[in-house]
Amino acid sequence: MLDCGLDMTSTLNFLPLPLVQSPRLSNLPGWSLKDGSAFLDKELKECSGHVFVDSVPEFCLPETELIDLSTVDVILISNYHCMMALPYITEHTGFTGTVYATEPTVQIGRLLMEELVNFIERVPKAQSASLWKNKDIQRLLPSPLKDAVEVSTWRRCYSMQEVNSALSKIQLVGYSQKIELFGAVQVTPLSSGYALGSSNWIIQSHYEKVSYVSGSSLLTTHPQPMDQASLKNSDVLLLTGLTQIPTANPDGMVGEFCSNLALTVRNGGNVLVPCYPSGVIYDLLECLYQYIDSAGLSNIPFYFISPVANSSLEFSQIFAEWLCHNKQSKVYLPEPPFPHAELIQTNKLKHYPSIHGDFSNDFKQPCVVFTGHPSLRFGDVVHFMELWGKSSLNTVIFTEPDFSYLEALAPYQPLAMKCIYCPIDTRLNFIQVSKLLKEVQPLHVVCPEQYTQPPPTQSHRMDLMVDCQPPAMSYRRAEVLALPFKRRYEKIEIMPELADSLVPMEIKPGISLATVSAVLHTKDNKHILQPPPRPVQPTSGKKRKQRATDDIPDCKVLKPLLSGSIPVEQFVQTLEKHGFSDIKVEDTAKGHIVLLQEAETLIQIEEDSTHIICDNDEMLRVRLRDLVLKFLQKF
Amino acid sequence: MAPTVRSAWIQGLHSLAQHPGALGFLADLGAVDRLLTLQGDPSLFVVTAAGQLLVHVLGLALHNCGPPCGPPLDPQWPLLASSLLAQLEEALQPASTPQLLQALGVLTNAFTSCPAPWAPALWGRLRPAMTCLLEGQPLQAPHALGDLLLAVARSPEVVVDLGPWEMLALVLGRLEPSQGGQLALGVLQLPECPQALRAQAFGVLLQPLTCVLSTSTDAPGLQELPPSAVGGSASLDLLLASRSACVGLLCCALARLALLPPLPWRPSPWPQAFLLGAVVAVLRSCNGHVPISAAGGRLCAALVGCERVQRAALDLLGALAQDAGPPELVLEVCGVLLEHVDSPDSSPTVLKKAFQASLTWLPHADKKPHPCGLQVPAQLFLPELLQVLRKRLCSPSWEVRDSGLEFLTQAASLWAGQADFRQMLQASEVPPLARQLLRDPESYVRASAVIAVGQLSSGGLWAHPGDQQGSPLEGLLDMLDTDPDAFPRRAILQVLTAWLRDTHGPLAAHPEPLLARAFQAAGRDPDWEVRARGLELAREFLVQTLGRIGVPCPYVPTPLLDTPPADTQALHPACRTRLFEFVFPALFDYDRPVARAACELLLLLRAQTTTCATPPQAGDTPDPATVEAALHCWRTGEAGRPLGELVPQAVLAVLQALDLDDLRGTLADGSDHAEKSPLSLLQDMLAAAGAQGHNQVDCY
Repeated sequence: MLDCGLDMTSTLNFLPLPLVQSPRLSNLPGWSLKDGSAFLDKELKECSGHVFVDSVPEFCLPETELIDLSTVDVILISNYHCMMALPYITEHTGFTGTVYATEPTVQIGRLLMEELVNFIERVPKAQSASLWKNKDIQRLLPSPLKDAVEVSTWRRCYSMQEVNSALSKIQLVGYSQKIELFGAVQVTPLSSGYALGSSNWIIQSHYEKVSYVSGSSLLTTHPQPMDQASLKNSDVLLLTGLTQIPTANPDGMVGEFCSNLALTVRNGGNVLVPCYPSGVIYDLLECLYQYIDSAGLSNIPFYFISPVANSSLEFSQIFAEWLCHNKQSKVYLPEPPFPHAELIQTNKLKHYPSIHGDFSNDFKQPCVVFTGHPSLRFGDVVHFMELWGKSSLNTVIFTEPDFSYLEALAPYQPLAMKCIYCPIDTRLNFIQVSKLLKEVQPLHVVCPEQYTQPPPTQSHRMDLMVDCQPPAMSYRRAEVLALPFKRRYEKIEIMPELADSLVPMEIKPGISLATVSAVLHTKDNKHILQPPPRPVQPTSGKKRKQRATDDIPDCKVLKPLLSGSIPVEQFVQTLEKHGFSDIKVEDTAKGHIVLLQEAETLIQIEEDSTHIICDNDEMLRVRLRDLVLKFLQKF
Repeated sequence: MAPTVRSAWIQGLHSLAQHPGALGFLADLGAVDRLLTLQGDPSLFVVTAAGQLLVHVLGLALHNCGPPCGPPLDPQWPLLASSLLAQLEEALQPASTPQLLQALGVLTNAFTSCPAPWAPALWGRLRPAMTCLLEGQPLQAPHALGDLLLAVARSPEVVVDLGPWEMLALVLGRLEPSQGGQLALGVLQLPECPQALRAQAFGVLLQPLTCVLSTSTDAPGLQELPPSAVGGSASLDLLLASRSACVGLLCCALARLALLPPLPWRPSPWPQAFLLGAVVAVLRSCNGHVPISAAGGRLCAALVGCERVQRAALDLLGALAQDAGPPELVLEVCGVLLEHVDSPDSSPTVLKKAFQASLTWLPHADKKPHPCGLQVPAQLFLPELLQVLRKRLCSPSWEVRDSGLEFLTQAASLWAGQADFRQMLQASEVPPLARQLLRDPESYVRASAVIAVGQLSSGGLWAHPGDQQGSPLEGLLDMLDTDPDAFPRRAILQVLTAWLRDTHGPLAAHPEPLLARAFQAAGRDPDWEVRARGLELAREFLVQTLGRIGVPCPYVPTPLLDTPPADTQALHPACRTRLFEFVFPALFDYDRPVARAACELLLLLRAQTTTCATPPQAGDTPDPATVEAALHCWRTGEAGRPLGELVPQAVLAVLQALDLDDLRGTLADGSDHAEKSPLSLLQDMLAAAGAQGHNQVDCY
């Protein structure tokens, strides 16, 4: 299984979970059907013309119906965003396999899960809504609830215990490490340049190679650069995790982010940045480190609020080997690779586990707050939205591309604060993909259908699709696709002692052959040729004899193998020499037919077979066979 | 022989050929044949030099023999010119491409330098060969041919009788649209030209834009176009053949069209609406917005994010601002400009162009409402522009901040007097932001901020009710002392000079203490440009205080004689600012431009003071030894002030002691004057003779 991401956009259908009692949210009117039925009014609330589920947020799980996940042996994880559904898989499906991921992926993935669990669990909500999920009721609901898919499979967030259990099933791997999977294939993670520890995977046998490219970046940000060279010579390249905002250039967006941040703060407003606790935030802090002095923001406090804020900032500094070259070299100076260490030392950046406690003592305005969750449905961000939403001096700047900012803001409307959308998605865009594919030249590209056509809202943008030759094979949700290659060969090892016994004969210059009589031993998809058993010595021990016959199959005397070709003209001359007359040769599509009319016999000579067809005259057949054999080599 | 030697040999001949008598010598020597051979030299330098010399020889030969004798079209040619032309005519054969190109090049230059009376005869002689060339299939060396025809067309004597218009039309017609742009531009730049040819040439330039607009559902102004501008689907396919071809063709077309609006003889009727529509369509395609059509999609895929095209289109848009256009199109122009100024994806260079174009379009946005009731967005465009400028001044990219400040400076200088602009600017947060950028970490931005702040102050645009910071003058003087980079310090002195010129500027009242600080800072500045600008400031101050020293204007007769003489009292303000403690040492500055500026300044001052000043009274004047000691200190850069604080009498004494005229002569010498002097030549000759070991005496 390649990745197991969690679709969190389902949470946008739910009301936010406020950390502090919100009269506005708790007094929302219930929603009733057009006919006046109000049986859903406890579950569904109306807010600014939208209907939301008043319940603990639920998540949309990966597809579980298509295959039995208990039969999955291995899960390969690309990056920490693509493992958020892992507890659902490992703890609830009978999964007994192994998960492979790099160390930063696991550690930061753990932080993301921990934050998620914390955000949900610290605001317990007794109410659980399920009536609305009834298919007959759902179709009566307004959009987007009406159009939500697979709502019956939506699940509440997992617990920390499940997280720990899931993570214990992960085996850590390093870049370029080769991992044998049951002898069948070898998998290798490669740096994908997107996030700390993010990987693309090579899945290869001795004769086939499949590359799985997911969440990659060619930009110079903090992670180790993408390893492109190792993707070359792939039979198939599975392509996914491209940028979600192909029209937004990350550099331009960072510029917008900084400009809007500075403008707001200069006017005395506060800036709220809903974000994940790891990833782009490191780059944003680095950018701000260089920017705040020039923009005259040195006295403005920056707050990073997350249950895992401290761990995230510290983890980022210790994963030196997973960082880009510049940052790696800083470690040897020694200096912290990320400048946020200095921001913390100089008290420009302060981090807190939540708004409770120290934060409320230190809180000064105007300020800049980085906090989660980007969906604006849970986490400390809900509090700041409620607190600052009424003033037009304040600004919320969206940098994470995973959620529609308009949908995220829907339950907070009407909103006076300014909203700026600066999605920073460093993953590959279509131009970069085209260059990458030209560089690595896979035989076939397989990608989601969405990548093979322009976005529906910009159908004229032919540049916003994967452009490669041959055209990419696309797949849809739940579609089964046969990859365009067949495994035709297996590698077989030969034991040294058996190899010693072989006597190759040169049949053509540079080509030697030898017949091999051996036992093929197959175990864990490894095939080994072992020497044949020695002739069994008569022994008195019954037991021993029994075992020998069990282990080794009977070895019959083998006929010699033949090679070479039969030159028809010479063969005919030989036949004539041996007294055959009235010989006629006919050319066929596959070879020749030599017709001995007098003897009423046919000799059918083809590239890989020769047949002698005669009428019950065994003597004649043997004579002819011997003549044929004269032209062939035997082993 | 090395190419440099061949090149030098030709240069030597060129020097020789300045004398009319050299022609015979060159002809006898066979130099012309050799030069023609050198047209095929592998070195481009040699080819160019040989070509230039051939042109010179031809011009000189024609010039020497006076006006043509005989029939106007078949006159008596001088022998040398005739032989040279015969060889060039021979090269005008379709088969001999390299020689053809060179011959066409020489003849093109010949037309620009040959004596006017000979031009018709030259054209008459070349015409048959040219006709023959034009009949060739395929057309050989079309660009060089076009250049020659244009050179002929620029010759008024030829145009009157035997204009090459037909040939130009023929060449234009035979060139592909992608090839004919340069020739078309050349035709359109001709002040006099048949209307039909002008329309044909204009059509060639417009064709790529017609293709662009044909992909749009809305194509304004198509009816204004000459028929030659309307290409078919073949032209469109050609444009969209490849991304690089499309980008190259559009860039060239846009850049060439941008040269036309200022021409008094630009094509008429001028398709302003079409051009605006096309440029807007191009810019929208670059931003990924196109009308829904298959060709539009292909065009968008080719142009999206292409900075080259964006820059060229914005240049053209700026050039088109000299006319307005239909109000709805002005609206679109303002919209697309705002889009580019605001877009995070606009590169700093594109942004700069967008700002420049906005500057030219702002006056149009200010026009009165159109009779149809459509509001031209004067009240919308500028506030939005200022809103975006506010954001841009906070950009993390220094180039963007710099471009923003430049725009602010230009806007403030253009419209400081307009009440609406003043009100909008002061209501925006732009002025305080500009002032904040005086502390920017990037020196270029600080320099631009200094200029912008200077302009805002001159225009009285600081008067924001909430601005408690007062005049920025003190801050600028502090920067002059402390800024580690030269660019901001230069800018500060430039601003101070501008303020001093402005009688209502921030320096109008009590400038002396402030100027004293400025002169002191400039005097010890390590950057020579800062010191030179300090001298400009000093000069301006002397102009203000003496009221007589002006820059000698060539159009004003004897400016200095008309002015009354200065007395020593008039020098007191300058002495109080310690101006001369800055100017006198600058006279001996190691950087020659500084020394020259100081010398010029003192020469002007001397002209005023030594001729007319009252004779110094005994006892006030320092003795010559002290003056000499002071000069020694300034010359050597030693510390010490033998003259003490400079008073007017001391200044006059120093002025009299200095041989400024001699100094000016010395400073006027080029840095290589020693190498080029006769003495140096003599030394070289002596050295060469010495190396040979004999004939030393002959060198004298």
